[in-house]
Amino acid sequence: MSFPWAENYAPKHPLMKWLDAKLPLPRLVYNAVGAGYPVPRNLNYFWNFGVLAGLALTIQIVTGIILAMHYAANADVAFNSVEGIMRDVNAGWLLRYMHMNGASMFFIVVYIHIFRGLYYGSYKAPREMVWLLGVVIFLLMMATAFMGYVLPWGQMSFWGAQVITGFFSAIPIVGDPIHTWLLGGFAPDNAALNRFFSLHYLLPFVIAGVIVLHIWALHIPGSNNPTGVEVKGPQDTVPFHPYYTAKDGMGVGVFLIVFAVLMFFYPNALGHPDNYIPANPLSTPAHIVPEWYFWPFYAILRAFTVNWLWIPAKLWGVLAMFSSILLLFFLPWLDNSPVRSANYRPAMRIAFFVLVLDVLILGWIGKSPAEEPYVRIGQIAAAYYFAHFLLIVPIIAAVEKTKPLPNSISESVLHGEAAEAAPIGVGTAH
Amino acid sequence: MLRFLAGLVGVGFVSALLIAFVMPREKVEKTAPAIYHLEPKEVKFSFDGPFGKYDNQQLQRGFQVYKEVCSACHSMKLVAFRDLEEIGFTKPEVKAIAKQWAVEVPSINPDTGEAATRKAIPSDYFPSPYANEVAARAANNNALPPDMSDLAKAREGGAHYIYSIVTGFQNQPADLLKRFPDAKTPTGLHYNPYFANLNIGMPPPLVADGQVTYSDGTKPTVDQMAQDVSAFLMWAAEPKLENRHRWGFVVIIYLLIATGLAYGAYRNIWRDQKH
Repeated sequence: MSFPWAENYAPKHPLMKWLDAKLPLPRLVYNAVGAGYPVPRNLNYFWNFGVLAGLALTIQIVTGIILAMHYAANADVAFNSVEGIMRDVNAGWLLRYMHMNGASMFFIVVYIHIFRGLYYGSYKAPREMVWLLGVVIFLLMMATAFMGYVLPWGQMSFWGAQVITGFFSAIPIVGDPIHTWLLGGFAPDNAALNRFFSLHYLLPFVIAGVIVLHIWALHIPGSNNPTGVEVKGPQDTVPFHPYYTAKDGMGVGVFLIVFAVLMFFYPNALGHPDNYIPANPLSTPAHIVPEWYFWPFYAILRAFTVNWLWIPAKLWGVLAMFSSILLLFFLPWLDNSPVRSANYRPAMRIAFFVLVLDVLILGWIGKSPAEEPYVRIGQIAAAYYFAHFLLIVPIIAAVEKTKPLPNSISESVLHGEAAEAAPIGVGTAH
Repeated sequence: MLRFLAGLVGVGFVSALLIAFVMPREKVEKTAPAIYHLEPKEVKFSFDGPFGKYDNQQLQRGFQVYKEVCSACHSMKLVAFRDLEEIGFTKPEVKAIAKQWAVEVPSINPDTGEAATRKAIPSDYFPSPYANEVAARAANNNALPPDMSDLAKAREGGAHYIYSIVTGFQNQPADLLKRFPDAKTPTGLHYNPYFANLNIGMPPPLVADGQVTYSDGTKPTVDQMAQDVSAFLMWAAEPKLENRHRWGFVVIIYLLIATGLAYGAYRNIWRDQKH
């Protein structure tokens, strides 16, 4: 589907006409990310991050496939095979650092992408499905990243796997058998390493598939925009190509520069030194910490320290950690304010920035050891996290007095000109 | 209904957290390491920073320290003799180093098939001083000397940490013993404030100036030897560092130009569009 004024794919070359009749793949691309997809003209730089996330996934898949040619998923040799990649494979260090830091870049852009959606109300009707699929992608990414981190079979790989898979043993009664079944043993070992490698190779392609659905669902209503006002007519949009392909091209350049600085000059800055020590089940590291992109969730897990309402603290922590992401599935219905963009929602705007600060604090707590004052700070921050989504957002939606919305995107673009001044032909006015 | 249920769940999580928040904490006594542990010393290395490069002279001196001092206890299983060509040794030199290595490479007797040893050749990895972990612990008062291949990447602070440990041995402060009478360094361990729990199994490895004789005329003070061996271990852990820095500059310059062009294209395409 598209807007009625979307440009139509009209192949000129006979070969393209022939192809269009047999397999209209160019038409699909044209309508998805070409001139056939009209996009609001007022998107800001935060709308670059979807494309950047797609690029990050592509980089991970390409480097990952080559790394898999040199990696051996066996607990006896996994660590040394990664070191072989770093030391003896041609440009192996490049591929490995690209893959390792590429995961961090992927999470950075996805977090910005998610917070952009939260700020501008991109999760609201008619884009609920886009949001739901996005949360699915996020969950798949977390699973993939976790299993990938286990593969080098260093100390943090092993103990991280030990802690994370331990969540399942918190389930009452059936927890321990499930835990053993998932790991293929009582502790992470060769069986776990092998299945993690298999799934780590599989899941990125599942992510790619869900991304197709995510974009498909996006193209039904079309992209949201900073005003949150729906597209009213052709004056509100520009074709995706060349306008947003050009803008994304520049975004890709900036992304790659940041990526290059990180991977060429600070490749181990986001990793943990202990992962350069081979896994040793007999020696527990002083502090077990996950990768940085899990810190906020790790903080939520550890914030629950008392048994309460007949539920043991450990189970509270595991339930809360999963809930902290699963609640995002309900967000489109928890926030029923008709106004999307927080630009026009003064209370929501404040709540949003407090949430950003709160998640950053949770990240800092997740990285810190489990001692005072960190535990108490983490408990307040975790409480605020749940309060934000489950209490504050619905209340704000009910009581907030929103600012008047612009009549249309083009009017908002023309800032200050009389209302309805020039809805048509704005594209050529300067 | 959904919002009501969500609110209920929210109240559940928040109350569990607030109750946990107000629960009294057990008083935690400060331990000696929490007070006396020190961060690695500041020391300048040629490979620090984005323009960093290895100094081959220094790496060769550091190798000599490793060979004559560290390798008595510490293995370096991931580095091969052939890799030494990267720090400026010639092929014949590498061959000689391998051949004269104090420990021989495990092998089998070609006639009887029994376990035997042979002289190392350049393609061999550095042979380990102990046959296995049990032997290593038995010879070292039950402490295990860590493998040195990745040591400079496996410790917070890297080469700076190694330098600090090697030069950081000292007598236990009287103040510490006064506050923590039970924390006296046990026999067989050595007080070192740069080590996480303050008491390290390794005896001071570099004890006197001139312990190693450098052939390039550098004065082998303890400080110099410590710096050299730390630099060598950084190279052992990250042999491609120079290569990586070089690639980094080429890639970033290329990307800056490409991004500049992309920005120009973006401005040009959007020039007649209000947005």
